[in-house]
Amino acid sequence: MSILVNSDTRIVVQGITGREGTFHTKQCVEYGSKVVAGVTPGKGGQDVNGIPVYNTVATAVEKEGANAALIFVPPAFCGDAIMEAAEAGVELVVCITEGIPTVDMVKVKDAIKYKSVRLVGPNCPGVITPGQCKMGIMPGFIHKPGDVGVISRSGTLTYEAVAQLTELGIGQSTCIGIGGDPVIGTTFIDLLRLFNGDPDTSAVVMIGEIGGSAEEEAAAFIRDEMNKPVVSFIAGQTAPAGKRMGHAGAIIAGGKGTAAEKIAALENAGVTVSRSPADIGAEIAKVLGR
Amino acid sequence: MKIHEYQAKELLKQYGIPTTDGGVATSAQDAAAIARDIGGKVVVKAQIHAGGRGKGGGVKVVDGPVEAEAAAAGMLGKPLVTYQTGPEGQVVSKVLVEGAVGIASELYLGMVVDRATEKVAFMASTEGGVEIEKVAAETPEKILKEFADPGMGLMPYQARNLAYGLGLEGKTASAAASFILKLYKLFVEKDCSLAEINPLIITNDGDVMALDAKLNFDDNAMYRHPELVELRDLSEEDPSEVKASADGLSYIKLDGAVGCMVNGAGLAMATMDIIKLAGGEPANFLDVGGGANEESVTNAFKIILSDENVKVVLVNIFGGIVRCDIVAQGVIAAAKNVDLKVPVVVRLEGTNADEGLKLIEESGLNFETAKGLKAAAEKAVAAAGGVK
Repeated sequence: MSILVNSDTRIVVQGITGREGTFHTKQCVEYGSKVVAGVTPGKGGQDVNGIPVYNTVATAVEKEGANAALIFVPPAFCGDAIMEAAEAGVELVVCITEGIPTVDMVKVKDAIKYKSVRLVGPNCPGVITPGQCKMGIMPGFIHKPGDVGVISRSGTLTYEAVAQLTELGIGQSTCIGIGGDPVIGTTFIDLLRLFNGDPDTSAVVMIGEIGGSAEEEAAAFIRDEMNKPVVSFIAGQTAPAGKRMGHAGAIIAGGKGTAAEKIAALENAGVTVSRSPADIGAEIAKVLGR
Repeated sequence: MKIHEYQAKELLKQYGIPTTDGGVATSAQDAAAIARDIGGKVVVKAQIHAGGRGKGGGVKVVDGPVEAEAAAAGMLGKPLVTYQTGPEGQVVSKVLVEGAVGIASELYLGMVVDRATEKVAFMASTEGGVEIEKVAAETPEKILKEFADPGMGLMPYQARNLAYGLGLEGKTASAAASFILKLYKLFVEKDCSLAEINPLIITNDGDVMALDAKLNFDDNAMYRHPELVELRDLSEEDPSEVKASADGLSYIKLDGAVGCMVNGAGLAMATMDIIKLAGGEPANFLDVGGGANEESVTNAFKIILSDENVKVVLVNIFGGIVRCDIVAQGVIAAAKNVDLKVPVVVRLEGTNADEGLKLIEESGLNFETAKGLKAAAEKAVAAAGGVK
């Protein structure tokens, strides 16, 4: 089993006719994902490598049975794209786009609270259940089906951790990049809860970074409710205060959001925190006794 | 993006928010002329982006034009050192000259996007003129908070809660509530990431006024605010960071000797961390983006090498969708484009990593390859002169 996506996931790609949208759709299809439709307003009736393009997400849901939306549209149009997908009735929206204004996400996040949809991202690599469905821009081949869940605020650092696991022969149940922005759809806690209830996940890797307090909140959840081992790494132990480290959300502001605080909170909750990004896979092997 | 106090005050006025009147001068003579027009006591304030100006000597209350000229002459063209600028300070090129106001009390008002509640949060405190971080740490009960509903916006009753909570009464409370609602409108319409009025003053006449104003903006939203982009003062920013952002790279200069070139922000931070664990110090944070092609790598090399402290460059690329052999070709071509005087340690992982490393080894350039994050960091630290 897995969480969020599997071989039954039917993806509609919003922004499929753009450069990134076309390229990554092809990569997802080659991995074996079911991309059933694309949406670009005004280009309905065309196709992209045999995938039908519609003007609206609602039509893609109606005609092709799409149940998940993957968004590649430019930042200025993402609020609109997310709301359209949510209204069309898909269960999952994954927004890859980087650079959405924070005020826009504050409004979107509030508005979708009242809809039965899960948003992952924005500014993230997406979701993959190895061997079943790749819904994002991650390199598929580094993954291997298995029983370790991976959650991360980062892109390439997630690949690094996944590659370490695969190298050690440890597969993954589902890997999710939750995004590097201050306001994101799905948090560490949401996914820890899902992994906790997934019978085929034995342990979880949680990769955090400086900024905000999502790791501290996750630590409290792990302490109170998690019954599976969690291994963590926090990026930015050497990051200076007050500087935005690439991701919009990766900033130590007013002395808050440091790696040291997060590591302390996680260790107090019984989490194994790897000090080195090179030892994430090895720490999982240790807690699982493999 | 940050702007100066005088620019922030102009924005406040556009929204009908009361603040002090004054003029900006780039010379001591101009400062004297503005002081003469205002008449009486004036305040001369150095315009730099960093906070802590008062303690650093960048804010002077003086009696008239002659004294204003002297105060401005003492600031203009000279570095002002505050706890936020670092020891080298920031050179002052403009001063703001304002009429002195009779202050009855000083309050604090701040707004941010609160990440925990995912709402715009207002913070108010009677401890004006003090760093809010200090108040939050020592007397958190003195900070009043209100959160704006994203759909409804900040409601008038919330503004009244803050005003009455600050102990204000009568027309002063009404004026403060009106001030707060207008500031919320500005915050949302202009895509602020921070708005801080410290201090917010109550004058001897019971008026409410922004004595200082700090506005920061969400970089992601600047595409829809050309009027704000014009306010950017590049002389306040690190030149290499400005150059990097123009090239589409994310770069932060640090103090160590190991230059880093990495794809992805998280991996770039992790690379800095592992350099430190290996006993070295990173010279920078640099994210070349997912592609890592010849052009971006060339630009990245130029920026890293412009830092004289750099003794070695560690290239750490996780090739996912982009193949490592293509990345290697880009790195080799880029190395030939720039005058490379320091050794380079290259670590490639992912698609076609072995082919990429083979190309690097056979390039005949001053490259060393490494397998794995740990080995790469250790080799780079050794090349930079070993463990400190």
